[in-house]
Amino acid sequence: MELYVMSFVVGGLLCVCGQLLMDLTPLTPAHVLVLFVVVGAILSGFGVYQPLVDIAGAGATVPLLGFGHSLVVGTIEDVNSFGFIGIFSGALRATGTGIMAAVVFGFFMSVLFNPKGKGG
Amino acid sequence: MNKKRGKQSVVFSNPPVITSTANIVGPMEGQGLLDQYFDYTMLDNLNNLDSWEQCESFMMEWAIKEAVNKENSTIDMIDCILAGDLLNQLMSTHFALKKLERPFLGVYGACSTMVESMLLGAMLVDGGFANKVASATSSHHDAAERQYRFPNELGAQRPPSAQWTVTGAGATVLSVFGHGPRITSATIGKIVDYGLKDPNSMGPAMAPAAVDTLWTHFQDTGRVPAYYDMIFTGDLGNVGKQLVIQLMQQKGLDISSNYQDCGCMIYREEQDAHAGASGCASSAIVFCGYIYNMLMNCKLKKVLLLGTGSLHSTTSYQQKESIPCIAHAVAVEM
Repeated sequence: MELYVMSFVVGGLLCVCGQLLMDLTPLTPAHVLVLFVVVGAILSGFGVYQPLVDIAGAGATVPLLGFGHSLVVGTIEDVNSFGFIGIFSGALRATGTGIMAAVVFGFFMSVLFNPKGKGG
Repeated sequence: MNKKRGKQSVVFSNPPVITSTANIVGPMEGQGLLDQYFDYTMLDNLNNLDSWEQCESFMMEWAIKEAVNKENSTIDMIDCILAGDLLNQLMSTHFALKKLERPFLGVYGACSTMVESMLLGAMLVDGGFANKVASATSSHHDAAERQYRFPNELGAQRPPSAQWTVTGAGATVLSVFGHGPRITSATIGKIVDYGLKDPNSMGPAMAPAAVDTLWTHFQDTGRVPAYYDMIFTGDLGNVGKQLVIQLMQQKGLDISSNYQDCGCMIYREEQDAHAGASGCASSAIVFCGYIYNMLMNCKLKKVLLLGTGSLHSTTSYQQKESIPCIAHAVAVEM
């Protein structure tokens, strides 16, 4: 139960950061997206993000910072297993499932539906 | 006789008559404040076509044909069509005009296109180069959003200063003779750039250009703001409109009582359009509907219409350039 509460609190706070960046700075949603992935990777590299994942679970892995974290975790794992070549293989191996899922679901949605736009 | 007045203005010696206008809008505009002043409201933003761009072309073609029909002419009697839109290489305009098979000159003035094409059309008619000219413009919310901002499917949040691009098109027919209000004078704007860079806040960027043209118009023609029953700007929105009133006050002219912005007249508060309407069609659908109607019914007799345009491109934005702006004015009198 504690994990659920922490997941809710941490995930929500991360989203608040994103919302504040969009409301208070000239950054666009695309800027915030890239910034979150990069910040997640940096925090993970310094070993700060894994403790957050341990406390908050999906509250820390589902936001975009979690994607940056996975890139770094995968790279470190592959470097430990395969050495130098792991720098190039690790990031996509660790996140490949998510990326392929996005491509596959995106493909089927685009086949099944037409974009409606926002103006009605 | 030379028709030039002052630095940037012209006064027509045979003022062209606006013999008819037509407009067409999307569903959101049709539910807005001016709902009874539209000739046709589409049921959705695709209108059974394959793309938003095709829908925009349809709207422009429809508006030109309808304007011509309304004054009992045929399209063959139009000597020249002046038109433009917001998309790269005037995509919507070129595909719309393809089917009309009339002499055509493309005009790009971003959201000032309606006034720019009316101004040039009036010069063609007054200069004796044409008997009937059609001027038209269009914009489409989703097509413009895709080109200038984000893919619609991304669902990006819009800041409160952002304006909503109008889905619609408007067309006017200018003739040598006929019944209707006349374009008596015009002021050609120059590019004004105060260095603002945020494309989510174009009203404030365009306001100085509107003020520059407004001030020059009064200087050139010797008129005062009170000469006009109403002064309309194209699409400055709530923020830009207040800025124009302030900047004119600093120059010693009070326009607060007879000034309105077309961008503030289209949507209802609860439609969540944020700072108001924008796009080529903002001034076009308001002029070709509400304002023309008021002039024909003599509820307004003298109107000054300013088209305001942000002339940035998607490339210039990515290269962190500022937004060059322009405003053109036409005086329309019954």
